Amino acid sequence: MTSRPAILPERGLADRLTATFWRHPRLLLAVLLAPPLLWLGVVYLGSLSALLLQSFFSIDEFSGVVKQELTLKTYAELVRAQNLDIILRTLLMAALVTVASAIIAFPIAYYAARFARGRWKAVFYLGVMLPLWSSYLVKVYAWKLILAREGIVTWFADHIGAGPLMARALEEQWFGGSSLSTSPVGTFIVFVYIWMPYMILPMQAALERVPGSMLEASADLGATRAQTFRTVIFPLALPGIVAGSIFTFSLTLGDYIIPQIIGNSARFIGLAVYQFQGTAGNLPLAAAFAVVPIVIMLIYLAIAKRMGAFDAL
Amino acid sequence: MTAAVEFQSVSRHFGSTRAVDGVDLTIAEGAFFAMLGPSGSGKTTCLRLISGFEKPTGGVIRIFGQDVSDVPPNRRNVNTVFQDYALFPHMTVRDNVAYGLMVKGVDRRVRLERAEEMLALVKLPGFGDRRPGQLSGGQRQRVALARALVNEPRVLLLDEPLGALDLKLREAMQDELKALQKRLGITFVFVTHDQHEALSMADSLAVFNEGRIAQIGTPEDIYVRPQTRFVADFVGSSNVLPPEVTRTFGGPSAWASLRPEALRVVVPDGVALSGTVTALRYLGAGSRVTVALGGAEVAALVPSGQAVPTVGATVGLAFDPAALHVMGGEG
Amino acid sequence: MPSERASTGLKIAAGLGLAFLHLPILLIFLYAFTTEEKSYAFPPPGLTLQWFGVAWNRADIWPPLWLSLQVAGLATLIAMILGTLVAAAMAQSRFFGRDQISLLILLPIALPGVITGMALRSAFSVMDIPFSVWTIILGHATFCIVIVYNNAVARFRRLHGGIMEASADLGANGWQTFRHVLLPNLGSALLAGGMLAFALSFDEVIVTTFTAGQQTTLPIWMLSELVRPRQRPVTNVVAIVVFAVTFLPILAAYYLTRDGDHTAGAGK
Repeated sequence: MTSRPAILPERGLADRLTATFWRHPRLLLAVLLAPPLLWLGVVYLGSLSALLLQSFFSIDEFSGVVKQELTLKTYAELVRAQNLDIILRTLLMAALVTVASAIIAFPIAYYAARFARGRWKAVFYLGVMLPLWSSYLVKVYAWKLILAREGIVTWFADHIGAGPLMARALEEQWFGGSSLSTSPVGTFIVFVYIWMPYMILPMQAALERVPGSMLEASADLGATRAQTFRTVIFPLALPGIVAGSIFTFSLTLGDYIIPQIIGNSARFIGLAVYQFQGTAGNLPLAAAFAVVPIVIMLIYLAIAKRMGAFDAL
Repeated sequence: MTAAVEFQSVSRHFGSTRAVDGVDLTIAEGAFFAMLGPSGSGKTTCLRLISGFEKPTGGVIRIFGQDVSDVPPNRRNVNTVFQDYALFPHMTVRDNVAYGLMVKGVDRRVRLERAEEMLALVKLPGFGDRRPGQLSGGQRQRVALARALVNEPRVLLLDEPLGALDLKLREAMQDELKALQKRLGITFVFVTHDQHEALSMADSLAVFNEGRIAQIGTPEDIYVRPQTRFVADFVGSSNVLPPEVTRTFGGPSAWASLRPEALRVVVPDGVALSGTVTALRYLGAGSRVTVALGGAEVAALVPSGQAVPTVGATVGLAFDPAALHVMGGEG
Repeated sequence: MPSERASTGLKIAAGLGLAFLHLPILLIFLYAFTTEEKSYAFPPPGLTLQWFGVAWNRADIWPPLWLSLQVAGLATLIAMILGTLVAAAMAQSRFFGRDQISLLILLPIALPGVITGMALRSAFSVMDIPFSVWTIILGHATFCIVIVYNNAVARFRRLHGGIMEASADLGANGWQTFRHVLLPNLGSALLAGGMLAFALSFDEVIVTTFTAGQQTTLPIWMLSELVRPRQRPVTNVVAIVVFAVTFLPILAAYYLTRDGDHTAGAGK
């Protein structure tokens, strides 16, 4: 028995490396972190700096060439009436979409958190995850089919005798267009459809943390359902709602595909960025426009953090 | 003969926390050594220092005479039975047991044979195809033991291995471990917070307190001659006497310990010590009688078959002066 | 709690909400079979299988499909390597700058895609980098890292830390522990992360339009068909293909991670 060694011999490179990392645990950490940090640091942060830099360049009014010297001229252009219009319209749309998403998402999240068990829990989970992860373009496309003038919504409205009512509504300038698929309300519906699922999961997570006993206590104390909702459930779910709203708000803010395909070609921030960098060839203004949602989101995140939304993520 | 494990003023500090603080320790080859102490006393850290999962911030550790400061865990011929067993969930029991041989490049046929032998040794023959998830706590413990022993380690470390088992199983495993250790002759280092387990299983043990060794010795040393109040308190049901009470008992003015079984309850006539019975506890093999005297309470053991006084009765106490153990150390 | 039942109103609202999420997608399938190619008339005047054949023979569909598969494959590979490395580092120990790193990983997906896209576009412009397959992959890999990372880190958290020590204790070196213990326990989570990353990359259009230049991925092809439709049912056939290529990996990812870490998609 005593012939067995107490210390085993080193067998090759893998053993030697193991010993080195054992002696210097920080070295292993550095080796693990170096490639991803280099990638994200160079590719992503580098690009963000380039974006910021680009927004301080300007475009030569005559030649249309980007002048690579720092100036605030492009930002001055940003606050012109037509551009401010775009920003305000986008903010309004993002806010409306967020509120509508919260209203539609709540029953799903509440049911999934409080009543769904076992098999049903999985059904709800997949029922939310699959649309969320399904192809974005396919989902947008589906709504183009639905909202088309000759599409299923018109057909349905005609069948229940609401056809004239819808035609009348579409004539309202703020509401309609030649059809739902070219109306602002169409843009709004599709935004809600695409980004609403992102609201459900954080909301459900927050609701799951509300102890059932607390609701029973509220009912015991004589609260009606509405009172329990207003005074107990809603305040406790609020961090989750705010957390979810980060996604719906941010994603609506930057989207440029939906307004391009469905709507009355009113411009949103994303669309402006896309058009300025593309057809207009005005990279500096496009970059300045892209900085707007960053600033808005930073403010939004600061408020959300104060409301405790990050604990609900 | 070289010591199996030797600590020379070994410390392991985590920031300002001194988990292990200047420990000197020698574990003889072939010993069944126990490290006893309350949680947070540094005993588990000491075990991890031996296996190599912690590195000392000061001092030297030698395993069979070799300084292991530079030797990573995989090259130490020391194996561990982890507290929660840490079996590989994705492998069968047989592959778990053969793992150590596989990574050492032992031929597949040979290592599977050896795994079967080990499973037989721990009384789990035929369990090779199961998954760890299908085993009971006691069975997992045996697999963890087989998985460590198949490597023929020079030292086997056991980290509270019986903690998760129920009482009956624990007692059976205590006997089995002891027998196994005798048969294999491997040095066992056993960490526990259970003083009965440590006293009944170990040849020698170290009692840990706040990162230091309070006392080291044979179970009898520790039990009969505790050097500090902490050891006397922690290890057992010994009476710990403050200096003034020791004087009443005829000793010097110092802390002392006196085992209950050394005290005899007698008729209170013509004896130096007498007091009032305040509590009685039936223990099966005898009764524990608590007597208040001289501002202190001392416990005496009355063997079964002898008359037990009632609570409130005045009794006398007699004892062999040699049993009064005066403690040198403080703390 | 089980004593309380959901009210009928709640059930209906939750059901309608889920129906709202699912029914529109079904129409994509229906319209792939319509005989009407000039409009989206409902109900379809007739049903036919001819569009699948037409789509198969359309030469302009194959190169974008091939490009998308190539981009998604390579971006996923890069994201899997980088995401796993970060997750391993994060699981290993607490260290200074940990929170900043997790924010950095999350950022490309938390900020709207138009920002990531425009940022990359600016960088390519400032540094005079010409558009190529690699500029697309660069962008995709960047936002796919977080998907793999989320899946891997959740599994690391659940993984019993003791088994790594047990492996070293039994004599395995770092490589052997990685191969025999870590990888088998991490594998399904990595696979799930990879599949989600693939699905995300395959159908990505927002960032891609900024990094593709003149190249056409399948989503960009679809986008141009949406803006200027030609044979509409053919677009539906392609949409079904895109849907299937993203749907199946998502479903597979769910089954790979369902016991325990329900993180699939938490970060999209």
